[in-house]
Amino acid sequence: MFDTAQGQILEFVRGRYPQAEIDAEQDIFAFGFVNSLFAMELVMFVEKTFGITIPNEELRIDNFRSANTMAALVGRLQNEPVVA
Amino acid sequence: MSVIGVIGAGVMGVGVAQNLAQTGHDVVLVDKEEGILREALATIARNTRMSRLMGGPALDSDEVLSRISTSVGVAGAAKAAVVIENVTENWDVKREVYEALDAECHPDTVFVVNTSAIPITKVAAVTRRPGKVIGVHFMNPVPAKPAVELIPGFHTSPETVQRTRDLLQAMGKKAVDVKDSCGFVSNRVLMLTVNEAAYLVHEGVADAASVDEVFRSCFGHPMGPLETADLIGVDTILYSVEVLYEHYADSKYRPCPLLKQMTDAGLHGRKSGRGFYTYATAG
Repeated sequence: MFDTAQGQILEFVRGRYPQAEIDAEQDIFAFGFVNSLFAMELVMFVEKTFGITIPNEELRIDNFRSANTMAALVGRLQNEPVVA
Repeated sequence: MSVIGVIGAGVMGVGVAQNLAQTGHDVVLVDKEEGILREALATIARNTRMSRLMGGPALDSDEVLSRISTSVGVAGAAKAAVVIENVTENWDVKREVYEALDAECHPDTVFVVNTSAIPITKVAAVTRRPGKVIGVHFMNPVPAKPAVELIPGFHTSPETVQRTRDLLQAMGKKAVDVKDSCGFVSNRVLMLTVNEAAYLVHEGVADAASVDEVFRSCFGHPMGPLETADLIGVDTILYSVEVLYEHYADSKYRPCPLLKQMTDAGLHGRKSGRGFYTYATAG
């Protein structure tokens, strides 16, 4: 089982694309077969799994390229003070 | 600017309403249940938020939603100058909606039939305004797709064609002219392809991922036919194939039993969380 954000994200991505070899650094959008619809699923998965709401200015493809960049985003948002 | 009626708040109606609102049009979105309309607005809020991530423009969800009002029942579209209908691809359902719209709307209101298969001339025949009925086949997801098929029916007037062209241009859409024929160009080819792809899975020749992989890796298509089916809706694919089968009375359109079973089982694709693939759902 994975208990880090990076591990949970990686497990989700690998589960969706079992035919690809994906590590934490892998730019998943560099694969021809990952399209922007999956980016939307990633946003929903990350928000639901980590109980965060990603602000609109962070909804950029660069934040979702790899398990590492997504885990970094989660880390940033979890450490930020909540603004009502 | 006068309001545009969008009938049906399913996948296509939601996309059309969002596209209209984000290009500055006032919209009244109509369906038969309050719950469907509430869900539709939530979907539009989510999709506008994701717009930039999906390669579209950065959108202000509140601004887009402020241009959309909702109504239960077609009477809500009575004042619309143009009505874009997006109800399910089932002739009995469509006929009932058009009879009701024809009674409610001003005689000058243009009816745009958003269909992937049903002949426009057949729809026009159940109204008292055949000159003001025209087909536009929008692609899914509507706000992201740059072009549509534009299909005048047998009696559609040149004025109706021009008004529709102007509206499409204002929505940022290129119109490809096509004659009225069941399935038009796109779905005569696409539905047979998806149906045959479903048969391959049904017969065990290949699984869904392998079928799609052939189209992506060998042909360079951005998506395979079964991913496309999940995006459009497996139930919608089935209804479209059934419409072609019924219209042409040609066995080449016989629907794959797997599509029927998936439709009955609620495996409708992305919108239901599961189709040929399983998806993470909102919430």
